[in-house]
Amino acid sequence: MGEILVVVEHRQGEVRDITFEMLFKAGELCKEFSHTLTAVVLGGKEEQFIDEVAKRSDNVIYYEDDRLKNFSADLYKEVLNGLIEETRPFITLIGHSSWGMDLAPSLSIKTGYPLATDCVDILIEDGHPKVIRQIYSGKVFSKMSFKESDGYIVTVRPGSFQPPETIEEKNGGVIKKDLPGDLPEMRKKFIEFIDSGAGDVDITQADLLVSVGRGIGEAENVQAMKELAERMGGVLACSRPVVDKNWLPKYYQVGTSGKSVKPKVYLAFGISGAFQHLAGITGAGTVIAINKDKKAPIFRVADYGVVDDLFKVADALKEQLKEG
Amino acid sequence: MDIIICVKRIPMTQEVDLEIDDSGKDIKKDALAYVVNDWDNYAIEESVILKEKLGGTVTVITVGDEDDEDVLRRALAMGADKAIRIEPGELELDGFLISNILAQVIKGLEYDLVLTGVQADDDNFGMVGIMLAEKLGLAHSAVVTGFEAEGSEATINVELEGGLDEVSKIKLPALLSIQTGINEPRYVSIMGIRKAGKKELNVVKVEDIGLSDEELVRQTIIEEYFLPPETEGAEMIEGDPSNVAEAILRILKEKGVSV
Repeated sequence: MGEILVVVEHRQGEVRDITFEMLFKAGELCKEFSHTLTAVVLGGKEEQFIDEVAKRSDNVIYYEDDRLKNFSADLYKEVLNGLIEETRPFITLIGHSSWGMDLAPSLSIKTGYPLATDCVDILIEDGHPKVIRQIYSGKVFSKMSFKESDGYIVTVRPGSFQPPETIEEKNGGVIKKDLPGDLPEMRKKFIEFIDSGAGDVDITQADLLVSVGRGIGEAENVQAMKELAERMGGVLACSRPVVDKNWLPKYYQVGTSGKSVKPKVYLAFGISGAFQHLAGITGAGTVIAINKDKKAPIFRVADYGVVDDLFKVADALKEQLKEG
Repeated sequence: MDIIICVKRIPMTQEVDLEIDDSGKDIKKDALAYVVNDWDNYAIEESVILKEKLGGTVTVITVGDEDDEDVLRRALAMGADKAIRIEPGELELDGFLISNILAQVIKGLEYDLVLTGVQADDDNFGMVGIMLAEKLGLAHSAVVTGFEAEGSEATINVELEGGLDEVSKIKLPALLSIQTGINEPRYVSIMGIRKAGKKELNVVKVEDIGLSDEELVRQTIIEEYFLPPETEGAEMIEGDPSNVAEAILRILKEKGVSV
């Protein structure tokens, strides 16, 4: 019987969803294989979310120190390495988020525990963990195992596990711990959060989003799609590549690093459907995808699909609206 | 500022049907075109911008075979000064092993900054850069979307989720993994690549860099590749564009969207 350790991700006093998703999956694995579920919180003084975490864990270890209020790879790595050396957890779960991507690889090197990143499922076969990952933009899945070790680190893709609305409450005891005395220098210092997503268009309130992706090809085509959106009474939105190329400002972006949207209908033109994008449209009522690539991952989640040149479809829509 | 940048050449898989090969542990790659990993392209541009502003040198490194020199030459054409290819021979690589190899070579070089892409578009690990940082003992940050050097420090932007950015100060030397969109990578012409052919490109064999056999073992093992399980997926709308447009407008109406 071993331990599954979940590293709690929180920001500005709130637990991130990925934490609940990891606790849920860890709980399932612990039930099946009689492991213990320990959550570790590195947080500031009197964080309000500790109870929420305790309800979902057998134990909570809480490093309570204001230096831990904001994420720091240097401090997190040091504290977690100490904890892992002491308790040797079988599997350590970390979110595959911006912070997790900064923490997990360095923690893996420090502890010597093998790492698998961006996993969408975790299995235990004959006592060995195995993971499922999506590669080549979701077009291929991979099953991976590890070199033998007494512990392993896995980062979990956000949205991979859906905890139920009501949970069977556990009553994890909270063990408070102090930071070790000989902490390393913090080579990276937090200054502030800034909202890069604010602008004059609010894509989160629209009933109809006409959203464009890499498939629109060039900047000049953005205007035509904007006109289509307006003519349809909808709002223009986009996926990441369009913002990366500076064709539209960030506040148009749907997805993990942009906005989560919930229109009645989401019309996706030339969007292939990277998981970061799909994570932003789970709240959409109906998704209609138009893409030249019939194997584009967006067709796996869309309600309706059209395999065609997006401009032909856009022109036909404009034409019909003129007639109507 | 002396900058080292690690890059990877990857197959282009958009608008391509992928098939699993006979080993069951790879895709069929014969018919695929190869490109520089998109994230790395932004990292190369960032290093060249910094060099143009602050002086210094840019060294670009890849672990790969002769064909992978394409991406090195492309980086040289963008403005990097010299390139190193580490020939892995028959080694089976994973992110951990690549970071071991890179660390061994980079620790003998002079630098103020090491850049990588956040992840590669093929196997998506997103681990090589930060593992490399830990092995080199460097300060590090992942998913960087802004960089401004100020003496022995830099102010950086890190992209978080939900449209939020984190601003931090980081001590140099540091390793940063660069996110797409941080800049606008310059265009590279065939002529430019040809001209860059004169720049220094060194090849080292992995057996000559001083790693022991134990240090050349990967940590993860591919058991199998498989195509995504069949799902119900989308209901496909067939017909010519005007039929499609009609169908879309009908669906909008059904769903209570007035157009």
